[in-house]
Amino acid sequence: MKIAVFVKQVPDTNEVRINQETGTLIRDGVPSIINPDDKNALEAALRLKETCGGTVTVISMGPPQAAGALKEALAMGAEEAYLVSDRAFGGSDTWATATILAAAAEKTGPYDVIMCGRQAIDGDTAQVGPEIAEFLDIPQVTYVKEIRPAEDGFEVIRYTETGDYSFNVAPPVLFTAVKELNNPRYPGVKDILRCFDGEEVIRILTLQDLPVDITQIGIKGSPTNVYRSFVPVKEKKTQMLAGTDVKATAAQLADRLHEQKLL
Amino acid sequence: MARAKVNQNKNLETYRDIWIIVEQREGKIHPVTTELIGEGRRLADLSGKKLYAVAAGYGIEEELEKLLRYEIDQILYIRHPLLETFSTDGYVKAIAGLIEKLKPEIVLSGATSIGRDITPRIAARVGTGLTADCTKLDIDETDGKLLMTRPAFGGNLMATIVCPNNRPQMSTVRPGVMERARVREHAYGKLVEVNPDLCADDIRVRFRETIRREKKAVNLTEAKVIVSGGRGVKGEEGFRLIRSLADALRGEVGASRAAVEAGFIDSGHQVGQTGTTVRPELYVACGISGAIQHLAGMEESKCIVAINKDPNAPIFKACDYGIVGDLNEVIPALIEEIKSREADGV
Repeated sequence: MKIAVFVKQVPDTNEVRINQETGTLIRDGVPSIINPDDKNALEAALRLKETCGGTVTVISMGPPQAAGALKEALAMGAEEAYLVSDRAFGGSDTWATATILAAAAEKTGPYDVIMCGRQAIDGDTAQVGPEIAEFLDIPQVTYVKEIRPAEDGFEVIRYTETGDYSFNVAPPVLFTAVKELNNPRYPGVKDILRCFDGEEVIRILTLQDLPVDITQIGIKGSPTNVYRSFVPVKEKKTQMLAGTDVKATAAQLADRLHEQKLL
Repeated sequence: MARAKVNQNKNLETYRDIWIIVEQREGKIHPVTTELIGEGRRLADLSGKKLYAVAAGYGIEEELEKLLRYEIDQILYIRHPLLETFSTDGYVKAIAGLIEKLKPEIVLSGATSIGRDITPRIAARVGTGLTADCTKLDIDETDGKLLMTRPAFGGNLMATIVCPNNRPQMSTVRPGVMERARVREHAYGKLVEVNPDLCADDIRVRFRETIRREKKAVNLTEAKVIVSGGRGVKGEEGFRLIRSLADALRGEVGASRAAVEAGFIDSGHQVGQTGTTVRPELYVACGISGAIQHLAGMEESKCIVAINKDPNAPIFKACDYGIVGDLNEVIPALIEEIKSREADGV
């Protein structure tokens, strides 16, 4: 079974802070990580490979430093890695991104299974997976929390807010993973050293390597664009409570909540 | 299948009307639908357009007729036995086909786990852009285009997105944010049935069953009181303390993403940009530093209380009442205070 996993390198939004004076994001020193849902997607791919046999290819679009995410994926157990990187890809919205990634899958595939994370924590759109599936004309199951190999494909369970759905699907298929799907493994020290010492090769795919229509990618090919962006204003008058001891502090809070009919 | 393209200089003027996609699960209308109608009506009135509700399904006539009490000009019911159970393939083909035929200018659907499954594929099929999980929509006064505002970067930034050269302009709308539609005394519009071009081979993913949750689902959106724990709670054991306070306040237990990722508690409890957006009467944040991605999901709460050891934690800039202290001391004291007041009948 040939499996592809799309991963994105993202800033850890738990660590992003705002400069209160300038109202801008402080990104310096914010660690880059593999997008959490993508790690679940990768883990699921590795487990499928371990049960059914096959290979796992990881593909990431981004600037050259996104190679770090691919090295981590190789250390976790993927066989090969592609970095999709070109200035022409910059500013792509989800349509253009999915166009490029679908082309990367066509170029390096075909694949029986494509795994993506449900959504990335920087953009939170959850759109690129379904759009890739549409462009490749393959079925999709999103929000997947369980995958079992079955006689003619897979039995999968997908999350919904009102009760989960189970489905049967045959390859080729694209899944998007939620974190309930599994607990991603930690790579071993030896594997980390092997992958980060440059023994493993990251292959680069640029514009000229991919079968893409230039009018459908990058900032010009993107149907949506940012009209304006702003930092949300948050103003609260905080009252700090401190009594002579914990009991007195708790009583102060209880008084305030009582005044507001919250107790 | 020929892949759709964008920026093909379509004649934008031929696109008119506002559509909202009715979300139904096993024949029951999902509450986000009336929020979409409320917002769709507002936009329709602002721009002088008609509002259509589009539903795909089978045997849901009676449920749909109930929607006629809201201010919808027309309900388009795409009716087919193959649409009785959910499938991405069936719903996408049915709805995208109707979009191509009738050319709406704006299409809104719910940013639920189902809406976020089908809507990107519909947009990709008809060749237009899509803006995810919007919390505010407006019409540009100068040229009438749809302004779609959404949080990004875990809520650190708000971005207003436009789709200037392609139609329809499409957006998924975050549940629980828009105001629900008003009910009218008399039915307003009418229900029109549409037959889609669908066959069994179109549906490549076979629906088996709905799995009911055995555990009582955490209902954060409806909770009046939420007590949430973060990284500072330290573990599953610590969450028992959070639960005790929630019980004393007759509320639900919430959690930050950090607590969920650390495995302290199930992700169904997660509040924030990547979890559930909540707006209870009272929100008590315990051991939560206040990453913006968390604040984005709870800042609309009526009263916010923060308990944290670190006096410099950003949560203290976002709360009404702050207590600097060890939650393992503050929470038991607070529980005792609440219980003794209840015993005194205060």
